[in-house]
Amino acid sequence: MAELNINERQAGDVTVLDMSGKITIGEGSVALRTAVRRLLEEGKKRILLNLAGVGYIDSSGIGELVSSYTAINKEGGQLKLLNLTQKLQDLLTITKLLTVFDVYESEPEALNSFK
Amino acid sequence: MTAETTELSLPSRIDTVATAASAVAEFLSRSGITEDAAFGIDMAVREAVTNAVLHGNRQDENKTVEVTLKSSPDAVEISVHDQGPGFNPEQVPDPTAAENILKASGRGIFFMRSFMDEVNWLIRPGGGTTVRMLKRR
Repeated sequence: MAELNINERQAGDVTVLDMSGKITIGEGSVALRTAVRRLLEEGKKRILLNLAGVGYIDSSGIGELVSSYTAINKEGGQLKLLNLTQKLQDLLTITKLLTVFDVYESEPEALNSFK
Repeated sequence: MTAETTELSLPSRIDTVATAASAVAEFLSRSGITEDAAFGIDMAVREAVTNAVLHGNRQDENKTVEVTLKSSPDAVEISVHDQGPGFNPEQVPDPTAAENILKASGRGIFFMRSFMDEVNWLIRPGGGTTVRMLKRR
């Protein structure tokens, strides 16, 4: 089983990536990077990462979230986060990244925020 | 609670991070540490081993990463040793500073310091760096 599973679905003009597993150095981080880069190449620039199933992330995974955020912003798009676990929320708090990312607990609310 | 020491010698590859983490998880389950503390220790060990593999040994498979796990009634102590030239931890930029917040890397040592009660580095004159991390019970 892959370290990180990513399922892609479309909600209007927002692409939702439902993720489950670990975003850690190596396979997990690379999977996230590859998915986001591919979406950008396809012109999909409004991306919502559903992290409900991500039970573990390390500094490499957090770095990949930041890289994705800056890459999408650079293309004039938006990256938002949905359903953070408490642990991930704690990590984003201590790294002060919770002030950078737009974070939601409800999918309809997150989708509306792109409009 | 009896004292226990486990030593691991691991190759300088990225998959060593997961190997070390799973050995630490087993060690912690025997040591009676709380779940919250175990999460932080796991995180700190992954970051320390990542640094040893990437920055210390630069993924040179002729070099090993040595991990020592010690459990005592007072604390859990973990040392990670690499064969790299060492660095000055005081010169590592603060990843939470405004100018660094959007950098893709540089948060590993910050996490180690956040989750452990003590973190210090010993740079050996003959080469090699040991990071020693302590979590009190």
